Order: sequence, then structure tokens, then C-alpha cells
Amino acid sequence: MAEATAHNHIHQPMPHGQAKAASAHAEGQQHPIKLYLVVWGWLFILSACSYLVDYVGLQGYLRWSLILLFMILKAGLIVAVFMHMAWERLAFAYAIILPPVLVLVFVAMMVFESDYTLLSRTLFFGAAP
Amino acid sequence: MVDTTFTQPAQTGARPDGLRGVATDWASDQRAFKNVSWGKAMMWIFLLSDTFIFGCFLLSYMTARMSTAVPWPNPSEVFGLHIGGVSVPLLLIAIMTFVLISSSGTMAMAVNFGYRRERRKTALLMLATALLGATFVSMQAFEWTKLISEGVRPWGNPWGAEQFGATFFMITGFHGTHVTIGVIFLIIIARKVLRGDYDVERRGFFTSRKGNYESVEIMGLYWHFVDLVWVFIFAFFYLW
Repeated sequence: MAEATAHNHIHQPMPHGQAKAASAHAEGQQHPIKLYLVVWGWLFILSACSYLVDYVGLQGYLRWSLILLFMILKAGLIVAVFMHMAWERLAFAYAIILPPVLVLVFVAMMVFESDYTLLSRTLFFGAAP
Repeated sequence: MVDTTFTQPAQTGARPDGLRGVATDWASDQRAFKNVSWGKAMMWIFLLSDTFIFGCFLLSYMTARMSTAVPWPNPSEVFGLHIGGVSVPLLLIAIMTFVLISSSGTMAMAVNFGYRRERRKTALLMLATALLGATFVSMQAFEWTKLISEGVRPWGNPWGAEQFGATFFMITGFHGTHVTIGVIFLIIIARKVLRGDYDVERRGFFTSRKGNYESVEIMGLYWHFVDLVWVFIFAFFYLW
């Protein structure tokens, strides 16, 4: 999709008269409608799959890994195609996508923290887990 | 003035001192994002900060659920619907998910038609997106009403851990607020598209910047983000 970046001259405003003539000219993010329909279809399929995980009643690690897999695939499709991140420059993609990934460090910290809280609650308050 | 910021080459020679120097140093041509316009970059950075907000909500939900010694209510049953005597798990939530994904699809196509300068199609698709978004919020209102009538409160519920209500209302409420704001902005932008503001580069009443079909894409970024957040809420809150 190299031609998409080549046509990225949205910042250059054109004179008023040429506005109509520019319609034939590619501008901004230009991709075939079919691409969006295909992604839309895949999002439907993936959502149906993640719903089926609950409907069928899978439990344990199989359930959690399938939920995460469908979630990541859906999020990836939305960000890459619908939000056009796939056609942005790498410097931009890194600046936006890396910081949220680092939240995983916070997640790890809170996993240890909640394990400790649960342990204290069961030990000192006698609550059965 | 607005447009020169993208074309001005790096200045040479002495730089001004004092407060003026502070301003010029920050504003000089040192752009990290080479082909992303100001508006688009700022929307992305706003969405990044919003990601952290929702990330913190989901994190506190995880912490509450992992650290409680009381069993967590089973979302599959709590959010199930009884239709004709048969209990279908998570039915309403599944429909809400499909509605929101469909709205994302129409929005993506609206952006595409916007850049092709097909005014009517763009506006109609944006209005369809707004309609789907409004449907989503109404279904959420129905869901809230149902749960509240069943006795779910931020401080307790009939089925288990007390934190369930607090996290549920906080997370879905904040997301619903985002959808509502999105619907309002969709209608505003759709009206501008329909009026031809972006064809004649009419200046906005608030920012005085020239109208451009990129506004549709920036609006789309926000809308897709709302859908994106729902993907995570659906996975972690409803399915887990």
C-alpha cells in the first residue's frame, strides 16, 4: 500500500475553485471500500467466536486464552485498518502504541498486590477464598 | 497562518531570547510526526490519554476481582436474558457488541467517502453511525435499569462480591458517556459535511481553521476508539 502514503498531501489546501476538480484526485487515506467490508465481516466473525466461548461454556485456561486471542485480533484490526495505523509512519505508530503496552508492567504489579491482599484477607479475617 | 506551520522550513540564524524564545523554540519546525497533521496527532494523543484512563479502570476492576475472598457474580448469568422461558447468556451484550461494530464499519466508510468528496454519502453514513451509537446507549440504559431493579448497587448486589456493582457502573458508565459524546459530535460533523463546509473550506466558528475532510477522519478516530474500548470491556468484564 505504498501509494497510500504517497498521496498523503492533505495538508496542502487547494484554491477554492479547484475544490470540485480535486474529486478525481486521490487525497488523504484512500483505500477500496471492499477492504472495510472485509474487516467488518471479520470483526463480526471474531465477535461471534468470543460470544460462542461463553455460550458453549468453556472454562479455565482454554476460555481465557481464547478470549484474549479474539480480543487482540479485533483490537488489531480496528487500530490497523479502521484507524489507518497500518499506513502511518513507524515513528508515529510506536509513539501511540508502545505506551499502552507498558501498562502491562502496572498489571503485573497489581497481580502481585492483589494476591497479597487476598492472602491477608484469608489469613487474618478467616474468609475462605 | 494555520497552513504555514506545515510548510515552513527550519529557521536559520539567531533565535530570539526571553519568553518569545520559549515560544519559538517550542513552535519551530521540529516535527516528529512527518506526515500526520496537527489535528490528527492531537486526537491520537488524546486517545492515548483516554487509553490510560480506561486502562486504570480495568486494572482496578482486575485488582478488586482478584483480591476479594467473596465469589464474583457470574456475568454470564447476571447479564443473561430470559426469552420465552429460555435463558440466553449475555444476549443483550452480544447484540450491543454487533451494533457497535456495525457503527464502526459505517464510520470507516464515511471517512472513505469523505476523502472522495461524496458529500451526501458521507453525511448519511455518519448519521447511520450516530443512530447505531444511540441504539447502543439505549440498550445500555435498558441494561442498567434491569440490573438496578434486580438490586445491583455500587455498594452491593444479591449475588456475591460487593465490588461488582461499583466497577460495573464506573466502567460501562464512562464508556457510555464516551459513546454519547461521540453521537453528539457525529451529528455536528455530519451537518457540516451536508452543508458543504469542507468543500468550500468554511472556517469553523470555534477554531477559525479552514474546514477540511480530515475532520471526518479525526471524528472517525474517536469513534473507532470507543469501539476499541468496548472490545476490551466485553472481553474482561463480560466474558472473563
